[in-house]
Amino acid sequence: MDGLFSITAWEKVWTYRSTFLLGLYNTSRMALFALILSLVLGIIFGLMATSGKKYLEVISRVYVEVIQNTPLILQLCFLYYALAFSGKSLGIVVTGIISLGIYHGAYMAEVVRAGIGAIPKGQFEAAESQGFNYVEKMYFIILPQSIKIILPPMVNQIVNLIKNTSCLYIIGGADLISLTYSFVTGATTGGAYAPAYLVSGLLFFIVCFPLSTLASIWENSLKKRELKTAEAVKTISEGVVTK
Amino acid sequence: MSELRGSDTFFLSYTLGYAKRGEIMIKMQNVNKFFGDLHVLKDVNLEVAEGEKLVIIGPSGSGKSTAVRCMNFLEMPTSGNVFINGEELTSKNKTKLVRETTSMVFQQFNLYPHMTVLKNLTLAPMKLHHKSKKEAEELAYHYLDIVGLREKAHVYPTTLSGGQQQRIAIARALCAQTKIILFDEPTSALDPETIQEVLDVMIRLAKENITMVVVTHEMGFARQVADRIVFMADGQIIEEGVPEHFFTNPENDRVKQFLGKIIR
Repeated sequence: MDGLFSITAWEKVWTYRSTFLLGLYNTSRMALFALILSLVLGIIFGLMATSGKKYLEVISRVYVEVIQNTPLILQLCFLYYALAFSGKSLGIVVTGIISLGIYHGAYMAEVVRAGIGAIPKGQFEAAESQGFNYVEKMYFIILPQSIKIILPPMVNQIVNLIKNTSCLYIIGGADLISLTYSFVTGATTGGAYAPAYLVSGLLFFIVCFPLSTLASIWENSLKKRELKTAEAVKTISEGVVTK
Repeated sequence: MSELRGSDTFFLSYTLGYAKRGEIMIKMQNVNKFFGDLHVLKDVNLEVAEGEKLVIIGPSGSGKSTAVRCMNFLEMPTSGNVFINGEELTSKNKTKLVRETTSMVFQQFNLYPHMTVLKNLTLAPMKLHHKSKKEAEELAYHYLDIVGLREKAHVYPTTLSGGQQQRIAIARALCAQTKIILFDEPTSALDPETIQEVLDVMIRLAKENITMVVVTHEMGFARQVADRIVFMADGQIIEEGVPEHFFTNPENDRVKQFLGKIIR
């Protein structure tokens, strides 16, 4: 009755379908808030990393390296249990959002840093020589150019973030994976392992696949456009097109 | 004024209302610049008068570009002072002073590739000088006419040739209507056949009361437009004078050597 091809197992999953949808809803909601936090952190630390101010760069570097070189589960447990034992528990959902936000913020920061770093130095100098201050320079001239470079890898990070909500399982979060686990081990619902995890996986796939497809289409069209521009410039400089 | 060609009257509005030639616009006082251990500028003292056309020449790596970049704090001097229009340039007032007094034309043009030519020209006037869109566009077309590229207003810079891009960059600098324009090797990245079109625009500009500081290797241009030529080598100014003196009987051996190589 537990197997992939057991009708009763599938029926059980169907009866308790609201559990899976609740899990998906919780996962999406947490992912959304974590995404907002990670974007804010990513932009702040990415800008710090490209500010040219040594101390800001060091702070940004330390954040990125510490977060990227320790496991997410460890950060999650640390935040959850450290806060729990100090008597100020924020609750599983908030803890999850904060840990995921901080974790992916470090990756977002790297994406932003790379995007800004790809803009030629001359663009910064032209903006400064016109008298734009830092905010104006970034807003009018640098970020509109880096956004195209930043977006595809950023969407990939969003996909990772959604998948990483599964780590909340370790602190008993209400995310899709946690609820799936409760379902298959529950006293009344237990047993339907294979169908349950298949459905859970399918739900992740339905959300993540369109996003990562979008990212790769985006990336390819960007490369194509760059190639076109490069060719156009080459053609002009070779004097094939004469005006 | 009667001898001005029609096209030159464009410039009159530009120059009216400015003080007469002779006031010191740029002053560098004991400026030193280090890049790590490299001593790029060695105690440079230089004054540029209002309306003066100063051309800086010298071998590569002599500090010419750095000197010009110190005039708007794209490079900050390691020691020494820079005065613009009587006010000392500091990192604090840089943005304000640069906005009001200097524009820069770069070797690599540095037009903004994500904007059309017209947007490139109107961005600073609209966002920094608080002009209306209409005023800014009128200004932009005015200077596009001067550089002869009105028909390119709605294209993106990457579709233009190097010479055209540089003329647009000059128009962009003019749109700021500053008293000083700094040129950092404006023709060095150009194909030989497009150099002249850029130089022609600069020669026309030089007839106006704008203060121009030009780093260049174009000796013909230097001879034609410079009020004064400064020769730099190893981070120092080793000779300066009017073009006549400079090209006919330079005193310094280093200058003679350089001119001997470059003028055939």
